[in-house]
Amino acid sequence: MTILAELDVESDLSQAIVEIKDVTFSRGEKTIYKNMSFSVPKGKITAIMGPSGIGKTTMLRLIGGQLKPDSGDILFEGASIPSMTRSALYDARKNMSMLFQSGALFTDMSVFDNVAFPLREHTKLSEELIRLVVLMKLQAVGLRGASELMPSELSGGMARRAALARAIALDPELIMYDEPFAGQDPISMGVLVKLIKSLNEVLGLSSLIVTHDVTEVLSIAEHVVIIAEQGVIGSGTAEEMLAHSSPLVQQFLQGLSDGPVPFHQPASPYEDALLTQGAR
Amino acid sequence: MDFLQKLGHKTLSRFAALGRSTRMLIGALVNIPNPRKGTPLLIRQLYMIGHQSLLIIMVSGLFIGMVLALQGYTVLVGYGAEDSLGPLVALSLLRELGPVVTALLFAGRAGSALTAEIGLMKATEQLSSLEMMAIDPLKRVIAPRFWAGFISMPILALIFSAVAILGAHLVGVDWLGVDSGSFWSIMQAQVSFEKDILNGIIKSFVFALVVTWIALYKGYDCIPTSEGISKATTETVVHSSLAVLGFDFLLTAVMFSG
Repeated sequence: MTILAELDVESDLSQAIVEIKDVTFSRGEKTIYKNMSFSVPKGKITAIMGPSGIGKTTMLRLIGGQLKPDSGDILFEGASIPSMTRSALYDARKNMSMLFQSGALFTDMSVFDNVAFPLREHTKLSEELIRLVVLMKLQAVGLRGASELMPSELSGGMARRAALARAIALDPELIMYDEPFAGQDPISMGVLVKLIKSLNEVLGLSSLIVTHDVTEVLSIAEHVVIIAEQGVIGSGTAEEMLAHSSPLVQQFLQGLSDGPVPFHQPASPYEDALLTQGAR
Repeated sequence: MDFLQKLGHKTLSRFAALGRSTRMLIGALVNIPNPRKGTPLLIRQLYMIGHQSLLIIMVSGLFIGMVLALQGYTVLVGYGAEDSLGPLVALSLLRELGPVVTALLFAGRAGSALTAEIGLMKATEQLSSLEMMAIDPLKRVIAPRFWAGFISMPILALIFSAVAILGAHLVGVDWLGVDSGSFWSIMQAQVSFEKDILNGIIKSFVFALVVTWIALYKGYDCIPTSEGISKATTETVVHSSLAVLGFDFLLTAVMFSG
């Protein structure tokens, strides 16, 4: 390897905010990932896509340290998440944030208090300063006018935007989005797509989006990782993925009902099931 | 063979659950919230768990005291011993009925609410979201609720007994005509602070620990679905009621058998 090529590799590594290295993870008897590796580049929007049930959300929980891999390593800014002590993990989590699918707003607090919550817990800012920061964050997601509402009074899209304001309250370096577009109407979806992109640019964040909404995410993702069959089946830019030769990648991106991922669950022959009494 | 396998599996999972619940309890006890942030949380939970249980405790206490007086009077009057109605009622309440009935009502009213609340927080990912915000849910959610339950129940039990004695006075003295002086003076002479009141309070603290622990653990460990939460809530009421009755027997044997 030439010196220039070595330097290039090193600079690539230093630009990754998260690195997944040979991770194997099982739940009971079922292996979810087997020796999986990929990186999340710093300052970019990365999308993790794949069919339902292959463990995309599990990957976010592994990065957040809520789960531990059976083997392999997960690095966040060069530090190994699985081998961290509890206090080191909590310190690392102050630099990352996660937008849950349900929003996970605290139902006994107003939108304002929800956004102020991480600031009150982790900073010694005065209430006046907290008020200013919260209003700025709510303004960024367009919900300053809803600051006094309770989570039960918000629509699904508004709840997710409020949760997004809370997620950026501490100005994290990484935001992980768990299915941010699921169950959203086209307007809310458009708003969220725009917000994710603009927040990433304006705040200089790194974003990691787990989703299977292909069209929306490909319009903003700068790096795409497609997971299936216990590992990464393709990664690169959106254009590279659209031109990928793997039939599985193409089936997923084009939404074909049948292909390498079969339409039917494995079962006994259809005729046998119909003609045999008691068979299901 | 199959039976043995199932028995072994059940035993192991029971022990695992006991281990998880103990870890949760220790986590909540060790992580004492700092006074500035913890006190408002504790006060809020004292209000939710303690104050909001007051009505059911007082109304139940009143009726149980009235019934106790009525039943006691009909037996005692046959022996001309109706003047002993005061100590009969007071001893029954302070030693047994106060702590036990309060704990059973507390399990139904506050315990089930705690389980459902924590189970729903789990189902709506609020607990995970706290974790991801680098805030320990044991410290923020479990600890204040545990201490609120532990503090509230003995106070509620004392209020229950006090209201029940007033209810007994209402029926025994004001309605059935027992002498008021005898009612109070014999009660005062017969009731010992250490043996009756203090032991009742100790019982209440034990029940508070058991009921609150079960309620919190069932919510914290439930399967985060509507079915899982409903099952956990039912289990809270059933398990804590049985645990209260079991511990009551043990404590009574230790405290009063000598």
